[in-house]
Amino acid sequence: MTDLDPRDRGGPGQPLLTVDGLVKHFAGKGSLFGKGPAVRAVDGVDFSVMKGETLGVVGESGCGKSTTARLLMQISRQDKGDIVFDGELLGSRALDLKAYRRQVQMVFQDSYASLNPRLTVEESVAFGPKAHGLSSAAALARAHDLLRRVGLEPRRFGGRYPHEVSGGQRQRVNIARALALEPRLLILDEAVSALDKSVEAQVLNLLTDLKQEFGLTYIFISHDLNVVRFMSDRVMVMYLGRVAEIGPADAILGAPRHPYTAALLASQPSTDPEARLDEAPLTGDPPNPINPPPGCRFHTRCKFAADVCRTREPGLAAVAPAHLAACHLAVPGSGHPDSSPVPMAA
Amino acid sequence: MNAPVRANDTASSDALIEVRDLTVDFLGGRKPVRAVGGVDFSIRAGEALALLGESGSGKSVTLRALMRLLPESRTRIGGHLRVDGHDVLGLKPKALSAYRGGTVAMIFQDPGLALDPVYRIGDQIAEAVMRHEGVSRAAGRARALELFERVHIPSPARRLDAYPHELSGGMRQRAMIALALACRPKVLLADEPTTALDATVQIQILLLLRELQRDLGLAVIFVTHDVGVAVQVADRVAVMYGGHLVEVGASGAVIGTPAHPYTRGLLASRITPDSPKGVRLATIPGSPPDLADPPPGCPFEPRCGLVVPACREGLPARVAVAPGHAARCVRLAGV
Repeated sequence: MTDLDPRDRGGPGQPLLTVDGLVKHFAGKGSLFGKGPAVRAVDGVDFSVMKGETLGVVGESGCGKSTTARLLMQISRQDKGDIVFDGELLGSRALDLKAYRRQVQMVFQDSYASLNPRLTVEESVAFGPKAHGLSSAAALARAHDLLRRVGLEPRRFGGRYPHEVSGGQRQRVNIARALALEPRLLILDEAVSALDKSVEAQVLNLLTDLKQEFGLTYIFISHDLNVVRFMSDRVMVMYLGRVAEIGPADAILGAPRHPYTAALLASQPSTDPEARLDEAPLTGDPPNPINPPPGCRFHTRCKFAADVCRTREPGLAAVAPAHLAACHLAVPGSGHPDSSPVPMAA
Repeated sequence: MNAPVRANDTASSDALIEVRDLTVDFLGGRKPVRAVGGVDFSIRAGEALALLGESGSGKSVTLRALMRLLPESRTRIGGHLRVDGHDVLGLKPKALSAYRGGTVAMIFQDPGLALDPVYRIGDQIAEAVMRHEGVSRAAGRARALELFERVHIPSPARRLDAYPHELSGGMRQRAMIALALACRPKVLLADEPTTALDATVQIQILLLLRELQRDLGLAVIFVTHDVGVAVQVADRVAVMYGGHLVEVGASGAVIGTPAHPYTRGLLASRITPDSPKGVRLATIPGSPPDLADPPPGCPFEPRCGLVVPACREGLPARVAVAPGHAARCVRLAGV
């Protein structure tokens, strides 16, 4: 589908989105005498998203996944780094912010906060197209069409206000609203996390259908690793503002090479009463992004940490085809006594 | 004097908590909303039960009824609640405040609901101990320190002087558990205490709760919407839907061989590490019932794929499918 998109520029081999050296620091809470230390929310992140794929993003709170999403959406501006969309640099003459935002849309976790309570459902969906120049009648017609596609009969739901529909229906409205500008990339930031499980499955099926129908590319952010594995082609694991590991979903969540990914996986509660955990895979909360530890940022919680981990920060290195991990353990000759080119025992 | 009813004068069995035909109606709207429609269960000392259900299933309301936390002017509670010999619904104000904290304590999803932001945490715990046990401030502080050690807060003495906002999410949750345990309750009610936490921190708190339950012999009711969490903390699982308890049994039995169509649908729609990609997820069509206008029979009837006429004729009776495993479904009774 994607290769038929008239907006496509570089062909299917060119990534739809490339992020290079993305940095965002927030000014820390200051005192009377000046600013406090900066919160290094995103601290040098590179990745790309291929056309038509779903990139899953996982990590604990404070790892920078939502900040990354907001930078991609340009809700806040990066301090450093480039965003390249289908070969065009964002901010260049070929791709200004308005043109970019038409192609990149986002769905948030809080379905209620992301809708204007004073607009009806159909007005919310029609708002974007109108702002981008469509006539009211044409925008409304598009809104009705989209509401129908997300499973909400426009005659029944179009005139309702956000508080008059259920959480699952509201998230469908948000998806319709995001699709109203016919974007090519949809960022889903914990979009199904607040939904009940039986409703979550309905919305995930809908997202799968819409992706096919509209030839979309997804960035799927979630804390639920099972959902991420199910939805994603590739997965990126973030820790304290950096990429810890990125690669094919089955490799990352099946044979992880970074101890952090392994610990995240082991922390998911199993539904098998015989497989109850007796020990937590990680102790403590994620450390503060204000003052990330020197060397590998994960070494303070890593059970494999060696001297080299405390002094030298590991870069992302290829550990298998298309699979990168930032861990001295995974790179022979890194100086870690137990480094090995094969995956660790899970 | 409204002396609290003494313990051990229960008429029946060795149950620490006995809930019989509990109903909760919320008044004040156009129509009363029946949030809980007749729930029965009992729990022995040292046992952990998970109440599993989606939003609006009545699980949190059941928990709050056990602690009489629902606003009295706008709720009508029916049925019998007996906890450690106390007739909970009949408690007078003074006995009620001794019961809360002393017999039954509760922890919440948001520690902000339990901790006062303008007092140091150590002082809050000490105050609760002083108030309930009539001891000195120094003794209260000593107990607070002991509790902080009990819930594995690192550098406990220093953390007692912290304000709630100075602690991380997981640490605040531990502090709230310490506060709940301040007056040596026999029952701990947990209302989704780990839902807002990262998985890595969640598992630490679940393990702590299991340890406390075992070491202190607490009876625990743990409300959650997450099957995995329920299995981690509880020996028995009770599945709620539309204000009714539709299935109850040992967690292995309920998860392994679910009997009620709702439980089966819920488990089938879950994504597991083995879910094949590209295959559509099984879903339960529709959405939960409107509790102001509930279906006349089985609450799950409008969404169920196995409906027979009997489903619309009143709430299905409880059918035992195995020892200790029961479900409310007419199909199980051989219809």
